[in-house]
Amino acid sequence: MHPTEPDPLRIVLAEDGVLLREGLIGLLARFGHRVVAAVGDADALHAAVDTHTPDLVITDVRMPPGQTDEGLRAAVALRERRPGLPVLVLSQYVQRSYAADMLDSGDGSGVGYLLKDRIGQIDDFLTAVATVAAGGTVVDPEVVRQLLRRRRDPLERLTPREREVLALMAEGRSNAAICRELVVSEAAVSKHIGNILMKLDLPPAEETHRRVMAVLEFLRA
Amino acid sequence: MGGNGVRHALRRPEFLRTALPWRAAGYLLVTGVSGVLLCVGLLLAVVVAGVLAVVLVGLPLLAALALSGVGYARWERWLLRLPDGTRVADPHHVPDRPGLSAWVRLRYREPATWRELGFTVLAAFLLWPVDLIVVACALGVPACLLAALPMLLLDGEQVHVLKLWEVHSPAVAGALGLAAPVLLALAAYPLTVVAAGRAALARLLLSPGGQELRIGELVSSRARLVDAFEAERRRIERDLHDGAQQRLVALSMTLGLARLDAPPGSPLAAQLTAAQRQAGEALAELRELINGIHPQVLTDRGLPDACADAADRSPVPVEVRFDLPGRLPPAVESAGYFAVCEALANVARHSGATAARVEGRYADGLLTIDVSDDGSGGADPAGGTGLTGLADRVAVVDGALTVDSPAGGPTLLRVEIPCTPLSPTRSA
Repeated sequence: MHPTEPDPLRIVLAEDGVLLREGLIGLLARFGHRVVAAVGDADALHAAVDTHTPDLVITDVRMPPGQTDEGLRAAVALRERRPGLPVLVLSQYVQRSYAADMLDSGDGSGVGYLLKDRIGQIDDFLTAVATVAAGGTVVDPEVVRQLLRRRRDPLERLTPREREVLALMAEGRSNAAICRELVVSEAAVSKHIGNILMKLDLPPAEETHRRVMAVLEFLRA
Repeated sequence: MGGNGVRHALRRPEFLRTALPWRAAGYLLVTGVSGVLLCVGLLLAVVVAGVLAVVLVGLPLLAALALSGVGYARWERWLLRLPDGTRVADPHHVPDRPGLSAWVRLRYREPATWRELGFTVLAAFLLWPVDLIVVACALGVPACLLAALPMLLLDGEQVHVLKLWEVHSPAVAGALGLAAPVLLALAAYPLTVVAAGRAALARLLLSPGGQELRIGELVSSRARLVDAFEAERRRIERDLHDGAQQRLVALSMTLGLARLDAPPGSPLAAQLTAAQRQAGEALAELRELINGIHPQVLTDRGLPDACADAADRSPVPVEVRFDLPGRLPPAVESAGYFAVCEALANVARHSGATAARVEGRYADGLLTIDVSDDGSGGADPAGGTGLTGLADRVAVVDGALTVDSPAGGPTLLRVEIPCTPLSPTRSA
């Protein structure tokens, strides 16, 4: 999956570290995206989103003035104000509660929680950017890996294979990507996903994204 | 100046030329006068409060009267500089929270408050007459003798000295006048002794008791150390996060871009890939290190979320349940968190357990955290350095650690830390 020709996105970037901010602007520009505003704190982030109505917000977790999880809280608040706004949170922490907060905001679609380490994997990072902007869900593989070490309800009912599929769903992969990764047929992936949704008690519904609900369930477990 | 100091000073030949007798006289004069004022003030206050008590308004006034000693004692402690120039430490503690109610509650609990009240009553009804009589005798008698001759000369006929003798001859009056300095010099000794005695009594009742002084100093210095240590942890964590971590991420990003530019499959691309992997490993190690120093989630979200996160990293499945009224002081959260981490590490390493539980609750000023597992038991606080270190860590914030771990299990480790939750405004 090469992000050779992505749809150009208008992005608002919130990151207080100058080095990383300038690097990200350059990186995104190189692949056709445009950072319409780069800000350094939560208030400025709110203002920038109101001014520019971007296609995607990328934000750091820790930001001034408090140097606590203000970026994350700003992201959640933004999603409350604009439920459809795609937000990708970049973090230095492998923390389930932070990722769960993000997914809980809005209807859970168009959100991502990525470790900053992932920025260096340019392909993966750009894929995550595109996925979130398109309304998908992305949870960092490291967070997923940590969660997989714990086996408890309701995931206990899943087979190891189904857990693998669910973990890849959490990482934002499409069915096609999952069947490439696991080297199985697309029909098998669909069957696994069907089983997962059934075992997690997520009946078909018009109003909710069942994939997102399944990932949320996975994060909360 | 202690008793020995006074005895020594009195024996020295130049005693009379020092300021000591005059300072003693000044001290007794001021304590005598303030004693009179105190006596009048207290009597008035008691009468007013007593009368008002009939309609219940006076009861708080009577209660407040119990604290009058605190104010008067402060004045007396200040006065103690007069006889010998020494300062006396305040025996009271500083309330841990601002506001009048915290101050009043603390004062009522302190033994020093009640010693001060005792001294104040003593000063108001017993000490001031003694003070004034001694000063009057020591200074007044020589003054009258000195005045005999001038008064006789003015009157011409006779003069009553001290209302006792009638003196008619200027010679006798002159002799009395000459005797005055001698008498003054002699009176300086008992005057100084009385002042020193009174000062000693005041110092005994108004200065911190040995226990109060030592424990007070120990507790406050330990609390300062814990806070300083906590602040230092956070500073290191912040520096690593804002410095090394950011630079490594930027480096990894640069390497990643370079890799895209390198010809695919070339040795350069392979080297760049290796370099980037190393940067990634360094980042992962740094992240673990920072988390071990002070996890950000503990600062951001408090104990329950931080413990849930620690449970996430445990190879043994852990159930976490907390019921707290709000955020706790940072030092308490930190001690509780690291105790849970250490306990979970022990569970994973030694217990052979298949499941563990962390349960935290707060009631009546006490945070209790239970870490239990279904393992083989036999954990001994006296044996392992891990458990001893854990107990020390908890003891620093006045907490206690108990371990119940019979051979064959199960193990229950309990951490109890007395604390007060922060007000909701601070945790928000």
